[in-house]
Amino acid sequence: MELTTLTYAFVGATFALYIGIAFWARASTTGDFYVAGKGVHPVANGMATAADWMSAASFISMAGLIAFNGYGASVFLMGWTGGYVLLALLLAPYLRKFGKFTVPEFIGERYYSRTARIVAVICLILASITYVIGQMKGIGVAFSRFLETDYDTGLYVGMGIVFIYSVMGGMKGITYTQIAQYCVLIFAYTVPAVFISLNITGNPIPQLGILGTMNEGSTYMMDKLNLVVSELGFNEYTTQVLGSKLNMFAYTLTLMIGTAGLPHVIIRFFTVPKVRDARATAGWALVFIAILYTTAPAVGSMARLNLMNTIQTGPVGEVASNIEYKNRPQWFKNWESTGLLKFEDKNGDGRIQYYNDKNKDFAKKADALGWKGNEMVKVDRDIMVLANPEIANLPNWVIALVVAGGLAAALSTAAGLLLAIASSISHDLLKGIFKPDISERQELMAGRIAMAGAIGAAGYFGLHPPDFAAGTVAIAFGLAASSIFPALMMGIFNKKVNRTGAVAGMVTGIGITMLYVFQHKGIMFIPGTAFLGDMSPNWFFGISPNAFGCVGALANFAVAIGISKVTSAPPEHIQHLVEDIRIPGSSSAATEH
Amino acid sequence: MNKNADYWKENLRLVVILMVIWFAVSFLFGIILVDTLNTIRVGGVGLGFWFAQQGSIYVFLALIFVYTKKMNALDRKYNVHED
Repeated sequence: MELTTLTYAFVGATFALYIGIAFWARASTTGDFYVAGKGVHPVANGMATAADWMSAASFISMAGLIAFNGYGASVFLMGWTGGYVLLALLLAPYLRKFGKFTVPEFIGERYYSRTARIVAVICLILASITYVIGQMKGIGVAFSRFLETDYDTGLYVGMGIVFIYSVMGGMKGITYTQIAQYCVLIFAYTVPAVFISLNITGNPIPQLGILGTMNEGSTYMMDKLNLVVSELGFNEYTTQVLGSKLNMFAYTLTLMIGTAGLPHVIIRFFTVPKVRDARATAGWALVFIAILYTTAPAVGSMARLNLMNTIQTGPVGEVASNIEYKNRPQWFKNWESTGLLKFEDKNGDGRIQYYNDKNKDFAKKADALGWKGNEMVKVDRDIMVLANPEIANLPNWVIALVVAGGLAAALSTAAGLLLAIASSISHDLLKGIFKPDISERQELMAGRIAMAGAIGAAGYFGLHPPDFAAGTVAIAFGLAASSIFPALMMGIFNKKVNRTGAVAGMVTGIGITMLYVFQHKGIMFIPGTAFLGDMSPNWFFGISPNAFGCVGALANFAVAIGISKVTSAPPEHIQHLVEDIRIPGSSSAATEH
Repeated sequence: MNKNADYWKENLRLVVILMVIWFAVSFLFGIILVDTLNTIRVGGVGLGFWFAQQGSIYVFLALIFVYTKKMNALDRKYNVHED
C-alpha cells in the first residue's frame, strides 16, 4: 500500500482509540478531574507516567542526539532516568501521603504562605508552557511531513484530539488514554530497532546488538562505528564528550533534579490509592521508560552507521567510494524536500563527500583528495528516528507506525502538561486564593475552562512559535531543578526550613539560573541583549547554560537553610504536618485537619 | 512518638545507602571514572561507556524496586502500613 494511505490508516485508528477511551473514562468529580479519583493501579499508572514523561523530544530527538554526540549524549540517558530514583526515594511517597491535588498546594501549606504558593504556580506554569510549545510543534511537523497537510492543519487536528479527551476526562481520561499511547509509542520505537539490529548485528535485541559484532566479519559494531567516523575526521563515537567532564556531570545532575521537579510528572503520584503504590509507581514508570531509553543508544549508533555507510560506501580516498549524487536513495530525496537535509556539490564532482571539515588534520588530507569541504551542509539530527526505517529499507507499514508513535508521544505529554497548568489555575489560583468558597461543580467547570484555555494558548504558541522557543528548554529544566525540587525536598526532609527561607531560596535559585541563561542567550532570548558580552562562553567552570540548573538548586538549598537558621522556626502545627507525611499509615490523626 | 523517629531513622539510612549507589553507577562509573573503566571491555564497548548508556539505567530500576520492597517491610515492622 501507499505510504500516505497506510499512515492515514495507522494515525486514524489510534486517534479513534483515544477518543473512544475518552468517552469511557469521563470525569464527574474534581477528584476524577485532577487525580483520576486516586484509583489508578501502580502498573497502569507507571505506564501512563512513562507516556506522560516521554515526549516528542524523547521519541524523535534523543536518538539523533545520541547518533551525533555518542558518549556525550549519555547525559540525557542518565539524566532523564536517574531522576526517577530521586522521585521514588525523596518525593513521591511523601507527596502522596500529604494527599492533595497539586504541587503548589503542597508548597503553600508546608510553608504556610500564599506567596510561596503563588511563586510555585508561576514556576509551574512557565516550565509547563515551555514544554507544551515544543510538543505542539512536534505534532505540526509530524503531520506536515507524513500526511502531506500543511503545518497549521496538523496542529488543529492535534489540538482537537487533546481537547476532546482532556477537557472531558481530565486526569482520568488522560491516564487511560496515555496507557494506550504508551503501547503505540513503545511498539513504534522498538519494532524498527529490532529490524535494524538484526540487519546490522544479527541480534534481535538492540541492547545486546550494540555490544556484539557485525553481521559480516568479526569486528565489533561499536569498533566499526568508531573507525568509520574517525576515518572521516569526526570525533570517536564512544569517547567524545559534551563540553567537558564537569559539564557532563552538571548537565546530568540538572536533568535528574529537573525531572524530579517537573510538576506534570509529580502530579501523577497523587493519582494512586496508597503511599506504597506511589513508591511502586516510580519503579513501574522507570521500567516502561527504560525500555525506550536502553533501546535509544542502539537506534542512535546504528542510524549513524547506516548514514555514514550510505554516503561513504568504501575506503576513504577511493573516488568510487563516495556515492554519486544522482544515485542517492529515495529517503535522501524525501528529506531534502523538507529542507532538513541539504547537499551542496562544493568540488563539482557529482559525488557526496561527508566529513568533518573543522578537523584541521583531516582537512589537509581531504584537500589532497580534491575535497573542497563537507558537502552535507545540513543533517538535522531530529530526522534520525523518522528517517531510520527508510534508511534501513524497512517496509512502509513500519514507517507509518513510527509516525503514529511520534504523535502518541507528543499528544500524551501535551495532555499531561495541560492538566498540570489547568489544575494550578483552577485549584491553586481560583479555589485556593481568589474564590475559596466555590462549589465542587463550579470548580470542575473552572478546571475544564482552564484546560480549554491552556489548549488554546498552547495552540497559539504552536502556530506562532516565539523566537525563544528553542532556548527555553534550559529554562524549563532550570526552573524545575532550581526552584521546585529543592522546595519540595526540604519541605519533607528538613522540619526547620520556614516560610522566609523557602521563598528566598526559590527566588535565589531561579534568579541565578535565569541570570546565567540570559547572560548567554539574551534577556528573554532577545538576540543582542546578552550582557557582560566580554565574558567567555560557559565561564562558570565551563558549565553550559542548559546544565546550570543544579548550581541554582545548590544556591536554593544554601539560602533556604541559612535564612531559616536566623529567622523564627515554623509553627508547631507545620512541624507536626511534616512528621505526619513521613509516616505512611499515620496513627497521629491529630494532624489530619 | 519514639517509634516514629526510629522508623524515620531507618528510612533515612536506607535512602542514603541507595543514593550512594545511585551516584556511583551514574556520576562515578559513567562520568568521573569512565576512561579507567573503559579499559575493561563488555563485548564491543568499554565498561564505562556501558554504564553511561545502559548499566546505570538497569541499576536505577533495581534501586527503586529494592526501596519499595524494603520500605513495605519497614512499614509492617513499625506497624505504620496502610490498611
